[in-house]
Amino acid sequence: RTYFCRIFNYSDLKSVLSLSIQNIPALRRGKHMGFAWGQGNIFVYETLFKATGATGSGSPFIHEVRKDEDIYSPILRKLFNESHHIFVGLQTIREDLPSKNKKPQFVSISKNYRSVIRACMEELHISLNPTVSILLAIELIWNLCEVLFIDAAPAGSLLLHLLDWVRLHKADVDEKARDVLQSDSPAEHRDYWDVVVSYVLQGRLDEARQMLGKKATLTPAANNIFKMMDNLLSKMPFYNPGGTQTLTEFDVKWRHWHEEVDRCLQDNSFASNQHLEVLCKILLGDEDTLLEHKDLLGTWYHFLVSRLLFCHPTVKPTELHYYAQSCMTMFLDSRSAPEPLDSILLAAFEFDIHQVIKDCSIALNNWWFVAHLTDLLDHCKLLQSHNLHFGSNLREFLLLEYASGLFTHHSLWQLAVDYFDHCLEFGRVYLELQIERVPLDTERKALKVLRICEQRQMSEQVRSICKIMAMRALRNNRLGSALSWSIRAKDAAFATLISERFLQDYCAKGTFSDLDLIDNLGPAMLLSDRLTFLGKYREFHKLYGEKRFKEAAKLLLSLMTAKIAPRSFWMTLLTDALPLLEQKEVIFSADQTYELMFCLEELTSSLNTPSSDSDKSMQVQISSFPASETFM
Amino acid sequence: MENINAKYVSQKISKTRWCPVSYSSLQQPEVFATGSWDNEDNKVSIWSIGNHNNSGLEDGFEGDPQILCEHKHGGDVLDLQFLDQERMVSASSTGAVTIFRYHPNTHTISVLQHWARAHSYPCDNAPCTALVCSSPEIVTVGEDGRIVVFRADQEGAVRVIGEMRTRMLPPHKESSLKLSVVFVRECRQQHNSRGDLPKDHGALKFDLFIIFLYRAPLHCVDRHPNQQHIVATGGQDGMLCVWDVRQGGTPISLMEAHSAEMWEVRFHPTNPDHLFTCSEDGSLLHWETASHSEMPSFLQGGRNSSVISHGALTPAGGNRPLSSAWLCGDSGKGCLETTHMLPSQTMSVNSLDIIGQCLVCGTDGEAIFVNRHVPV
Repeated sequence: RTYFCRIFNYSDLKSVLSLSIQNIPALRRGKHMGFAWGQGNIFVYETLFKATGATGSGSPFIHEVRKDEDIYSPILRKLFNESHHIFVGLQTIREDLPSKNKKPQFVSISKNYRSVIRACMEELHISLNPTVSILLAIELIWNLCEVLFIDAAPAGSLLLHLLDWVRLHKADVDEKARDVLQSDSPAEHRDYWDVVVSYVLQGRLDEARQMLGKKATLTPAANNIFKMMDNLLSKMPFYNPGGTQTLTEFDVKWRHWHEEVDRCLQDNSFASNQHLEVLCKILLGDEDTLLEHKDLLGTWYHFLVSRLLFCHPTVKPTELHYYAQSCMTMFLDSRSAPEPLDSILLAAFEFDIHQVIKDCSIALNNWWFVAHLTDLLDHCKLLQSHNLHFGSNLREFLLLEYASGLFTHHSLWQLAVDYFDHCLEFGRVYLELQIERVPLDTERKALKVLRICEQRQMSEQVRSICKIMAMRALRNNRLGSALSWSIRAKDAAFATLISERFLQDYCAKGTFSDLDLIDNLGPAMLLSDRLTFLGKYREFHKLYGEKRFKEAAKLLLSLMTAKIAPRSFWMTLLTDALPLLEQKEVIFSADQTYELMFCLEELTSSLNTPSSDSDKSMQVQISSFPASETFM
Repeated sequence: MENINAKYVSQKISKTRWCPVSYSSLQQPEVFATGSWDNEDNKVSIWSIGNHNNSGLEDGFEGDPQILCEHKHGGDVLDLQFLDQERMVSASSTGAVTIFRYHPNTHTISVLQHWARAHSYPCDNAPCTALVCSSPEIVTVGEDGRIVVFRADQEGAVRVIGEMRTRMLPPHKESSLKLSVVFVRECRQQHNSRGDLPKDHGALKFDLFIIFLYRAPLHCVDRHPNQQHIVATGGQDGMLCVWDVRQGGTPISLMEAHSAEMWEVRFHPTNPDHLFTCSEDGSLLHWETASHSEMPSFLQGGRNSSVISHGALTPAGGNRPLSSAWLCGDSGKGCLETTHMLPSQTMSVNSLDIIGQCLVCGTDGEAIFVNRHVPV
C-alpha cells in the first residue's frame, strides 16, 4: 500500500511516486518518535529513549497525522454520494436478463458515472481547484473504457465512438472558433487556419466547410479551388451504423473517395494555396503532415484517431493496439518516458483490462475510480476472476479498500455499509469490525447504527452498542434509558445491574424513578431475574396504592417464597409486610403468616449472626398477630 | 415522481423547514432552511428555489435549490423551527438552543440568542432533542428529562419543568399547536401526554398526564391542524398510528407504513386529508384519505380506489363530515391512498416539510429533494 503516493495534477502524472514529508511541530529535534498505524492515520509520540545530548522532559502528547484525503473536500463528497446511488442501483439489476438486453443498461450506467464526474469537474473548475485535472484524466480513461469494453463497438462504429471521445476531450477548438468568429474579419484572424485544420482533424467537416466558406467569399479569385475542397469535404463518407449499408460497401465507397482526393493531390490542384494543400494531405492521412500539426493535435491519441479516420476508418478493435503503439512512438519524444496516463490508455487500446486497473490503482491516490470501474466491468462479465493470494477477487478487493477508506470519514461511513453489503466474501466481516468504531455521539446516531446492525443480524455488535449507550445513560443517572438499552440488546447481565441500581435508589430515596417504563415492561421482564423482581415489586407497590391489599400481600409473599427476590432485599420486603400486618382487617392468612415467619427465620439464620433487635422485634410482631388466632 | 430533483449538498441533512409564508399572499414557499448533522462542522443553511433571473428557462425546468447563506452550528442540529418569517430556533446535540435571524436583504444569518446549556447532565452534555415555538415562547425538551420554556426576548429560562425526576417522565419529542403541547417520550415504551399551557400573565400553569401508551418507542408526532384531538405518531417500528386523544387507549388506526424507523410525520397544514411520513428506510410516503368525488367507490377502478368510510356521509359537494376521514378505523387501507414520492434506494430520509404544493426533504445521502407540484 502506497501511503505516501500522491498525484497532484494532470501534468504531474509523470511523477508516480513522490514522497511527502511532514514536520510535526510539537516534537522537538533529537527526540525519538514512535508511531502506530490507525485507521487511515498515524499516531506519533515521543518515546522515553534519550539519545545523547537530548535534554528536557518528554512531551506527554500523542499526535495524529492524517493524510489530506480527498474525501474531506466538500465537492468530492457529492461525487461519493451520487456515485453511491448509482452503485446501489447497478447491484440490483436482475441477473437473469440476457446480456444483450443488459448492455444498453450498463452503457447508460457508465454514462451516469461519467456525468457525475463531469458535474464535479465543473464545480471544481469554478473554484480553481487542482483536483480538476485528476478528474479530467479519470473521465478520459473511463470514457475510453466505456467505448472499448462496455459498449464494445465493432469495426465501423468503433471509429465513430473514438471520434466522439476525442471531441469531448478537446474543447479548446470551440473556444478558438468562437474567438475567430466573433472577430471583425474571421477569415483573416491569425487562428483561422488552425481552427479549420482542427475541425478537419476531428472529422467535423460541416463546420470546417462553413469556416472555409468565409475565406472563399474573401478571395473570389480562388473560388475554384475552394469549391473543389468543399466538394471533397462534403463527399467524405461516414459509416452509418443504423443504416442499410454494410461495412464492406462503406469501405468500397471510402476507397473511391480516398482515390479521388489522391488524384487532386497528384494533379497539384491545390498547389496555389498552401493551406488547402495541407488540408488535402491531411484528408489522405499523410503521417508527416499530421505530425506537423502536433500542437493542434495535442496528444498522441488524438493523432491516433485522426490517423485512423483518414487511413483506416473500418479499423477492427483487435487491430487498434498496433496503431496505438506506433502512433504513440511517432508522436512522443523518444527522449521522454511515457507518462502514467499514456501507459494506461495504451493498455486500454490493447484490451488489457487488468493492466488498466493495476496502473490506475498505482497512479491515483483514491480507490474511488478503480473500485467503481472494476465493479461495472465485473457486472459486464469482462473480468475473469483474478485471484489474489488471500482468495478474494479483484472487484471485491478494490471495493473493500474503497469502503474502508470511507469508514474513516466521520460522515461518509454510512455509504460504506452498502459497499460492504455487496462484497460477498469478506464484506460482512469488514463491516462487523468497522461498525463498532463509529463514534456514537447522540442517541439518534446510535439508533441508526443499531438499525444497520439489526438488519444484518449482527447481534454481537448490537449488544456492544447498546451497552455503550446504556453505560453512558447510567453515568448520567438516567436509569430508565439505561434499562431500555439493555432490554433492546437482550443483555441479561446488564439488565440485572441496572435493576440493582433501581432497587438501591429505591432504598435510598423511598421512591422509584421511570415508573412508566417499569410498569409496562411486558415480556421483557423475563430478561433477567432481577428485572422480573423489580417489575413485580413495583406491581406490589401499585396494588398497595390501589388498596388491593390481599393481592399485594400474596404477591409480596410469592416474591420471597418463589425466590424471585434476592436474599439481600428480603429485609426490605419483610419491612414492607409490616404495614399490611398492622391493618385492622386480616390480610395474611394463617398459612401466609407462617410462611412469613419462616422467611424471616431463613433470613436470620443465613446471616449467621445473632438476630439483631430489629429482627427480634419483627419476630415478636409477626407472631403476635390476631390473624393466627382467628384461623385457629 | 418526475417533478422531484435531487440536489447534493455535501452534508447530511437532519432537518428541513420551509420559511413560513403569509397566508394572505397565497404564495408558494420559496425559501427553506436546513440543518446538518454528523459533520465535524455542522451548519444551518438557508436555500432558495425561487427563479433567479433565469428568464430564458421554460416552465418545465424547476430551479435547483441555491444556497443563500449558512452559519456554523455547534453540534448536530436535532430540531429546527421557524419562530416567524425571519427567526428560526435550533436544538443542538450539545444541549444548546439558539435563535438565528435571517436577513433577506444581505443574505446573512446572525445569532440572536444562544442558551448554551439549556439541557445538560451534571458532568456531560445532554442533547436537546426537540423544540416547539409559539412566538415568543419556545418550549424545548432534552435527553436530561427536562422541559424548558424560553422566551425569545428574555435571557434566562422562563420555566424549567421536570426537576423532580420521579414525577416527570423524560419526554423526547413534542409538537404543539397554539398553547397545547403534546409530548412523546421515547424509551422502550411510549408515553404520550398532553399538557396544557394556558397563558396567564406570564405565569405558566402546567399539567401533565398520560393519554396512552404504545409498545414501541416513538420518534415523531403531529397534530391535525383543524381537529386537535387527532394525533398521528410514528416510531421505531415504522407503523403509522392515528389516535383520538379524547378516547385514549388504543390507536384508531394502525398502518404498516415503513420497514424502519419513521422520523417525521406531517399533516398538510391547509389540506389535512393529506399526510406525509418519512423514514430510515429511505422512503417518503404521501397518504391521502378518502376522496370526495361524487362517483360511488365501486365505479372507481384501480387498486388504489378509495373507499369512503361507512360512518361518513358521501358528500355531494356538501359539507365535510364532522368526523375526519382519518378516523375511519378498521377500513384502514381501504380509506387511504399511498404514494412513494422519492426514487428507490435513497438513503434515510430524516426530515420533511410541506406547505401548499411544495415539499422539501433531506436525506443521509447528503441530498435535498424539492417537489413543487405535490398533488394536494
